[in-house]
Amino acid sequence: MTQNSASKLLNGYALHQTKQDKKAGGNGFVKNHCLFQQKRYRRPAEKNHHASCTSLYKKPFVESFEETPLLVAVLTYMSYGILTIFGYLRDFLRDWKFEKCHLAREREVQKDFVPLYQDFENFYTRNLYMRIRDNWNRPLCSVPGAKMDIVEQVTHDYNWTFKDTGNIMKDVLNMGSYNYLGFAENTGACADAASECTMKYGVGVSSTRQEIGNLDKLEELEKLVASFLGVESSMVFGMGFATNSTNIPALTGKGCLVLSDELNHASLVLGARLSGSTIRVFKHNNMQSLEKLLRDAIVHGQPRTHRPWKKILIIVEGIYSMEGSIVRLPEVIALKKKYKAYLYLDEAHSIGALGPRGRGVVDYFGLDPSDVDIMMGTFTKSFGAAGGYIGGKKELIDYLGLHSHSAVYATSMSPPIAQQIITSMKCIMGEDGTTLGQERLCQLSENTTYFRRRLHEMGFIIYGNNDSPVIPLMLYMPAKIGAFGREMMKRNIGIVGVGFPATPIIESRARFCVSAAHTREMLDKALNAISEVGDLIQLKYSRKNRHGSEGTDCFSFLESHQD
Amino acid sequence: MASGQQWVLVEMVQAFYEAPAYHLILEGILILWIIRLLFSKTYKLQERSDLTEKEKEELIEEWQPEPLVPPVSKDHPSLNYDVVTGPPSHKIIVNGKECINFASFNFLGLLDNERVKLKALSSLKKYGVGTCGPRGFYGTFDVHLELEERLARFMRTEEAIIYSYGFATIASAIPAYSKRGDIIFVDEAACFSIQKGLQASRSFVKYFKHNDMEDLERLLKEQEIEDQRNPRKAKVIRRFIVVEGLYINTADLCPLPELVKLKYRYKVRLFLEESMSFGVLGEHGRGVTEHFGVNMDDIDLISANMENALASIGGFCCGRSFVIDHQRLSGQGYCFSASLPPMLASAAIEALDIMEEDPGIFRVLQDKCKHVHEALQGTPGLKVVGEPLAPALHLQLENSTGSRTNDLKLLRAIVNYSLERHIALTLARYLDKEERFLPLPSIRVVVTVEQTQEEIEKAAQCIREAAVKILK
Repeated sequence: MTQNSASKLLNGYALHQTKQDKKAGGNGFVKNHCLFQQKRYRRPAEKNHHASCTSLYKKPFVESFEETPLLVAVLTYMSYGILTIFGYLRDFLRDWKFEKCHLAREREVQKDFVPLYQDFENFYTRNLYMRIRDNWNRPLCSVPGAKMDIVEQVTHDYNWTFKDTGNIMKDVLNMGSYNYLGFAENTGACADAASECTMKYGVGVSSTRQEIGNLDKLEELEKLVASFLGVESSMVFGMGFATNSTNIPALTGKGCLVLSDELNHASLVLGARLSGSTIRVFKHNNMQSLEKLLRDAIVHGQPRTHRPWKKILIIVEGIYSMEGSIVRLPEVIALKKKYKAYLYLDEAHSIGALGPRGRGVVDYFGLDPSDVDIMMGTFTKSFGAAGGYIGGKKELIDYLGLHSHSAVYATSMSPPIAQQIITSMKCIMGEDGTTLGQERLCQLSENTTYFRRRLHEMGFIIYGNNDSPVIPLMLYMPAKIGAFGREMMKRNIGIVGVGFPATPIIESRARFCVSAAHTREMLDKALNAISEVGDLIQLKYSRKNRHGSEGTDCFSFLESHQD
Repeated sequence: MASGQQWVLVEMVQAFYEAPAYHLILEGILILWIIRLLFSKTYKLQERSDLTEKEKEELIEEWQPEPLVPPVSKDHPSLNYDVVTGPPSHKIIVNGKECINFASFNFLGLLDNERVKLKALSSLKKYGVGTCGPRGFYGTFDVHLELEERLARFMRTEEAIIYSYGFATIASAIPAYSKRGDIIFVDEAACFSIQKGLQASRSFVKYFKHNDMEDLERLLKEQEIEDQRNPRKAKVIRRFIVVEGLYINTADLCPLPELVKLKYRYKVRLFLEESMSFGVLGEHGRGVTEHFGVNMDDIDLISANMENALASIGGFCCGRSFVIDHQRLSGQGYCFSASLPPMLASAAIEALDIMEEDPGIFRVLQDKCKHVHEALQGTPGLKVVGEPLAPALHLQLENSTGSRTNDLKLLRAIVNYSLERHIALTLARYLDKEERFLPLPSIRVVVTVEQTQEEIEKAAQCIREAAVKILK
């Protein structure tokens, strides 16, 4: 049903395009050289259905960002206003010692030092975050699998400090961990292999790759990763965050331009910043914006000197973890080829979680991995381990081996961690002789579709691509993060709430990560609870046609924009 | 008076009426001209020559980027790493040869300790391997909290925070506090992760000569004068001194007591990186503070990794809650990264247990360090760099050949010679172009408690032989 309607949508869209093209030609407009025309009818601020326009896509690419209802936006700003006013009031009371201040204080002897923090830095933490702090950092005491055990904590001072009650909340349904393929396990092939490896190798390495920490296990892993990705060579690092922040500086530098998606992860931003290159930001997943930046960059060269850029590196992510959107990779690759830029693809969330063979976003679109210059990803999520990798041409990896900050200065990856990745990756590839991996991939994609469809039918506003296992559900108001999190926890379901500064100020959200380990019953339980809480605190914001098919919706969108 | 003014006004109006038309028109034009002059630019810009689409297209066609990475020559000396088969413990198999390990920072020999392994194993059986999330989103485990508490207690500080990667620890901690416009005073010999932290902070960085307190004081005084000139600005500029306890690049100690004095005299906060000294120096292995008998509270932040003495993975910062707690929302490597796998945290806890149960181990290590330092003295052509109590020494060429590449070649030959004779050494590796002050080429000699007298003698003998053979 969905497929059908979506392909109809594609046709409708294509038709619309040609009509506009003709009109432009008739006006005597010189042939447009851009790959992706500026679509003037789409107001930049508006977020709505993105549908693919060209034949680059082999299957429907449906991504939705329903607009924030105006009333909700106004109310959300108001609620921030109220919180701020009360914050100032409370600060005043604290200053005058009417209210007990729980904040840690500077040492008396260092009172006359320059203050370590500026007051406004902590205003948000002190007065807003502190009210709902109990929703984060809940300590686990089990595997972070489909179900988890959480140490119960209480606070007697309004979230300033927490104490263990001694109880354990058993079998909380885990909708928050990035355990896409369910490899967070303490039994089974992976755990057994990792145990064996622990006994053989120990857990530490105590040296760097270049010095004397180049274990055979890591070389084995690198070969496997390269064959998994379909690239010539690969290199692994001990931390996903550091994979970005320590390798981008090795690839670009002064006189180079980095084009970065506005929603790129902090590690990518940090890496780009450390590299010393010029950074320009394009609108999230917006190919027109990217193309404009590319054209301008090449035509105008570097600012002031007008020398041509040495090279241009486009940095995108596979799945954006806060929006649940999937990068428009076919278009990015087309652009990168046309403008001779290089492409850095961060598959932190998409590797293992997307594509019929679990090879990430490249596999999902059926593209050639060699079109992506730098394939980066992490092992934290789908593989249930830790660390990151970079894959690509042999020259690239050889160069990184000599110039990566991590290879020279950071301790190598722990051997049992490497073993966990090897075993889980082999399982996904089917090299363990079972179809277990393939089953997990299917299960994940089924779960994703089911969960997204049901949430949509219930009338929630959910963001992102239909195929993305990261599912943000919009809450908008900051207080609702707390309310939603607590109500769900009461129903024994653990969810993740995200608010400012990780999201735009009015777009607080709850985020679900669907896993292959979730059974249909678990998902139903979660969905029922979400619906119940959604009614309780009024979260069903969507004004779209709920029970009808999405197709009609999209058509109405197109019609309304054919001006 | 008032009537006089009125008269003038009347006169003016009358003159206006009486003036001839051409005069009025002329004046009108003049007024318009003045307005135009006021509002137009004083000079004429060149005609803007916008590029046509075709020209743009040509430019795009013409542009040739540099290759993504420059080609690497096939015979680059570090292109192929030494391969270690099996565990990198006391006996290590390098390129197929079993050697005695003088290269891994496994100071306390905890890397293949049975107790540590078993603890890690039981943790693995309980939690699995990965955490599948950052600390905020169900990535906090009870063992993380336990480890933080244990580290804080061990270091006698209020709070500790753990990172999942040693390199990222101080590199995240510095930019959490020091922002654009702030000033950081740093020792020239500071390690690479400190340098990256400084860069990420975007603060003003002032380097002082290695361990030269006079030079530091000079910089602080300069700043003081600058502050007096602009007291309002001075009130908001935070200042920090960042030093290492035991420098990894020079293997010597920082003069901590003097630093503390300077800290209070000039009201500067003091950050201490202790990756080399934590679990090594002091009676209980608390590091350089214990070694000098300096009060922990006088240091604003201590950071160290858990990859050397503790032989696990990750790093930690500790200090007063007022300081440390800030990192839980502002430490990039803490907030935005997956948390430390629980089994590695458990291994670190067990390693701490062992350290607490048997503080004698630090005495043993100290003796071995002295022994190695002594045994390496008088190696022809090589000089030992570092203090007798440092567990990771450097051997530098006494007479450089004048070229870094050739020096490295010679040292590499010595390392290979030793490898052949079952002594595993390594060159100290640096990124030549990235280091702020590139250290001289050297061979790293790491001391661990597991090395016996004979092994140390054998290693020293072997290095001596190699030096005689290769440097002659």
